[in-house]
Amino acid sequence: MRIRLNPRTSQKIAKVVIWSAAILVLFVLFSIIIYILSKGIPNITWQFLTQIPSDMGRSGGILSPIVGTLSVTLVAVIVATPLGVGTAFYLTEYTRESTITKIIRFSAESLAGIPSIVYGLFGFIFFVIYLKLGWSILSGGLTLAVMILPTIIRTSEEAIRTVPPMYREVSFSLGGTKWQTMLKVLGPSALPGISTGIILGIGRCVAETAAVILTAGSALRMPISIFSPARTMAVHFYILAREGISLERAYGTAALLIILILLINIGANLLVNKFVAKGH
Amino acid sequence: MKKFGEKIPQSLFFIMALSALSALALITVFIFVEGIPLIAKVGLFNFIFGMKWAPSLGQYGIFPMIVGTVVVTLGAIILGVPIALCCSIFLAEFAPKKLSNLVRPAIQLLAGIPSVVFGFWGLIFIVPAIRNYLGGPGLSILAGSIILAIMILPTIISISEVSLISVSPLLKEGAFALGATHWQTIRSVLVPAAKSGILASIILGIGRAVGETMAVIMVLGNAVALPSSILDPARTLTTNIGIEMGYASGEHQQALFATGIVLLVIIMILNSIAQYAIRRK
Amino acid sequence: MKIYQAMYRIALRFLFIFFLISFVFTSTLSAGCSRSSASLIIAGSTSVQPFAEVLAEAYMILHPGITIDIQGGGSAAGIMATQSGTTNIGMSSRVLAGNETSLWSVEIARDGIAIIIYPDNPIINLTLPQVRDIYSGKITDWSQIGGKKSEIHVFTREDGSGTRSSFESLVMGKTEIMARAMVQDSNGAIRQLVGDDPYAIGFISLGLVDKTVKAVELDGVIPSREHVIDDTYNLSRPFLFLTLKEPTGLAKDFIDFTLSDKGKQILYDQGLVITGVNP
Repeated sequence: MRIRLNPRTSQKIAKVVIWSAAILVLFVLFSIIIYILSKGIPNITWQFLTQIPSDMGRSGGILSPIVGTLSVTLVAVIVATPLGVGTAFYLTEYTRESTITKIIRFSAESLAGIPSIVYGLFGFIFFVIYLKLGWSILSGGLTLAVMILPTIIRTSEEAIRTVPPMYREVSFSLGGTKWQTMLKVLGPSALPGISTGIILGIGRCVAETAAVILTAGSALRMPISIFSPARTMAVHFYILAREGISLERAYGTAALLIILILLINIGANLLVNKFVAKGH
Repeated sequence: MKKFGEKIPQSLFFIMALSALSALALITVFIFVEGIPLIAKVGLFNFIFGMKWAPSLGQYGIFPMIVGTVVVTLGAIILGVPIALCCSIFLAEFAPKKLSNLVRPAIQLLAGIPSVVFGFWGLIFIVPAIRNYLGGPGLSILAGSIILAIMILPTIISISEVSLISVSPLLKEGAFALGATHWQTIRSVLVPAAKSGILASIILGIGRAVGETMAVIMVLGNAVALPSSILDPARTLTTNIGIEMGYASGEHQQALFATGIVLLVIIMILNSIAQYAIRRK
Repeated sequence: MKIYQAMYRIALRFLFIFFLISFVFTSTLSAGCSRSSASLIIAGSTSVQPFAEVLAEAYMILHPGITIDIQGGGSAAGIMATQSGTTNIGMSSRVLAGNETSLWSVEIARDGIAIIIYPDNPIINLTLPQVRDIYSGKITDWSQIGGKKSEIHVFTREDGSGTRSSFESLVMGKTEIMARAMVQDSNGAIRQLVGDDPYAIGFISLGLVDKTVKAVELDGVIPSREHVIDDTYNLSRPFLFLTLKEPTGLAKDFIDFTLSDKGKQILYDQGLVITGVNP
């Protein structure tokens, strides 16, 4: 026998359940963020940001991990962006929609979903050992580049395809060539979308640990060239926290990471808003 | 003259596309080339269903790890999906605009937090709680599921919310016109209409859970034995690679690539299901 | 709307600065483009790593302009990296075996392995067979050896760890560590977890034992440096530096420094066992 609830009652119950779920999520979310920030921000002093770690990280600051994060991310973005955006342009403008493009798209989707540890394993065997690049910013950056490439291809392709066909037609009717159209019309229109993809890629690079720990290494020194090993902040946090080397510095590193991610997110959000406002 | 000027950018883009796609193909080929010989040597059945993972003895059975991945992910789904769905309904239908504008970026922030931070938080709060109140070492499948559930919340919430919002307002108004309550409308009209997007978000969440490594290494205990309860420690396919890849060589290394192949296949299957679900819209 | 525009500008400015800084750093880094001969990579055992770091810091003070980078990964990783040329010097916390013996090696110190438990755990002493049975799964409950009734939570290092290999050959012999043992990839992680769990047991480098854990006596012998020296506590293993061939250049210089009186004093002060150093 099925109990028939008065629709009014079921409405009330539903409301309670849904509000509880939302409050639970917010509670968990804020407890994690506030816990880390409250324990970490007090440790973010000027010395913390400008000194190199010493004594295995027990003292000193996190300058070299900061530099490590920036350099590895920069290498990844410099390599992945032209390749990714170029591929996106090629796929949308120069080829016809066919089974090949469908296969390519499916592959890009699948590769975007590969666990980062698999990229790390590949990067370790291929860049560090086989190409003899050793544990270095270059190995780490290239591994991350391959990791964010599918994401950049996907978001760029999406951005270019949603440029209204009218834009292209107007450009052509005015006598523009394909190249001029791409440069002056499509590019700027798709730019917010493309930038969003790049920013998402940056976010992923900054937060990544599994793929970086065995490609860029875990050396504490300030790197002197892109062939030097380097620690990123995420790796530094992992090592400090896991081995109990210095909890204050671990929290400080985590807090700095969260702040960085927050800023990256804000940037991405505002670009998306611009994208949405323009494209439709 | 103009035609020539056209050829240059075209070739340029072609080269870029070729390099990018070759790089991606390289990875796939590399993983397969390294991994297949081991699967051939050990036998596909023995590899996937073998109970013992002991590389020093030449034994490469990944079944305990497959069980670990499946159970931990399942747990994350059971814990995470209902809450995430409720939360997305909340954002789409119940939350006042000011609140949702605050909550949405907060959830996005959650999505970007490095997994090692989640793992550490779990090590400090979840693991001791499980050990003290439920028993076992605390490092357990349950701890992994809880952490993963939290980590996939943002994915499911944001995509489901978008799907709910993009349901045609006419459907809603029609339901109201027929006298349905708010909840009845949500349950019988909105959610079914947004079904494919919601399903896609869940599958994306599953993909993220399956692929997670660092947070799981920290809270799962990493024992090689087949787990017998959710309070037992376990290993997943990803953590197996993560722990051993630093020192694996020869056959052992090939076995890790073979594990990578299994992961690739799982992701591809998940992706195909997602594509199918979206296309059915 | 105004708020968004302001935030937009801030975000753009931030991203611009982010890229500028990254660019500046990376170009200066690329300027030192070749692997300069004034740098050394040392990789391998996580047990040896903290001591190598201290040696490296001392060495770099004496020889400014030289950089030494230390990488963990475990003894097996260090041996592999030495064989493949990925590292200049490898670190191992176990003896070499099989075809590894073709590498050049030198013992820089000895270190004990301590069996650790929760500080408030009432157990004070364990016999070697008891430790073996706990790790093989024969003994599963603390009450079987005189403690409170509770399941023993067993921690071990990963397969490639020199500490684990040494533990296996010194304690386990032919018996395997049980599959249910939980694996952690560093001494520090095991120390953290055992220090938190009243029913845990683990093994770490003797030099890393601190107030957060308790090291049990083995067959009545307190684990200490003195007892390792006079061989009454026999869970000890060598710390090795490895090179592919007879070391030359910077690697040779650093290894010579490590073996010199100054280097030995540094390692002794850090808690390791060195032959020929006066306490």
